[in-house]
Amino acid sequence: MKKLIKDYFLFGIFVIFALVSYIINFEFGIEIWDNFLVFARDMVLILPPAFILIGLFDVWAKNESIEKHFGKTNNPLRFIWSILLASTTVGGTFVAFPLANSLYYKGAKYSSIFTYVTAASLFMIPMTIMEASMLGIKFTLIRLLASIPFIIGGSILLEKYFDKTKYKIPFIEAD
Amino acid sequence: MTGLYIATGIALLVSLFFDKSKTKSGLKKGWVKFSKTLPSYLKLLMIISLVLLLSEDLIITYLAQDNIFLGLLSSLILGSLTMMPGFIAYPLANILVGRGVPYMVIAGFVTSLMLVGVVTYPLEKEYLGIKATILRNIMSFVVAALIAIIAGIAYGEVFMI
Repeated sequence: MKKLIKDYFLFGIFVIFALVSYIINFEFGIEIWDNFLVFARDMVLILPPAFILIGLFDVWAKNESIEKHFGKTNNPLRFIWSILLASTTVGGTFVAFPLANSLYYKGAKYSSIFTYVTAASLFMIPMTIMEASMLGIKFTLIRLLASIPFIIGGSILLEKYFDKTKYKIPFIEAD
Repeated sequence: MTGLYIATGIALLVSLFFDKSKTKSGLKKGWVKFSKTLPSYLKLLMIISLVLLLSEDLIITYLAQDNIFLGLLSSLILGSLTMMPGFIAYPLANILVGRGVPYMVIAGFVTSLMLVGVVTYPLEKEYLGIKATILRNIMSFVVAALIAIIAGIAYGEVFMI
């Protein structure tokens, strides 16, 4: 109970602040709440099904097949799998972070999960279409094509460092 | 969005059909992850609600500078600090194009906006750990800068010496 209060204390104050702002018509507070809703709306819709899928992924995905496509061997195809998975992840990094965590504990290499998470923030299909229509297809193509080698290169560098220092990412379990 | 719900529904039914207890433990695992990180999601949303107060005028003023490299630096820093949905970011980028802001600067802003997540720190550290979060974001910042420079070269705004 103590932990629950600690975890949600700030949010409680935030909600009360928003409520009071609405009552006394405090514009600044109302604007903050409207900004809160910009992303909150999507998250309320996306997170429940996303975590159901992540839970099912945890129990059904075989470690061997994750290792085969994202892990142990130095198969360069793992980058293609990571980018493909990223472009089909609804919700961008909000969903990619927990999935990356699951992938890691099923045997994915660091270079795969960093490529995955980073690409997930960049290759959102609806965003990309919007960008191309507003800024031109040339702009979008340059940006996306140029980013792929850098993201993969950067992820490999990070993996070298993390493998050397034997870094472990957090394991999330019930208390 | 409906696609996501249909896919989840089908996955759940198939999973239930093959193994009830496995499905139950999967849902439990999903719930543990969700409930343990919900405070971080809320923290993230609260930070974003403050960051979005940053006015568009301020961003336009900083990006539309005469000195292209100061503009680029501003675009990378502002892009890293903020986070906005596409329906706000791209119209803003469009205004910048209209103001004659170089594509290099716009690429720097749009790319760092997506790639570098200073505001997503509370969430990312839960799942990747503090060290990985910081290093991955530094890597992303460098990548955003490189992409901006490549865009600048492609549009003939900067030249390699």
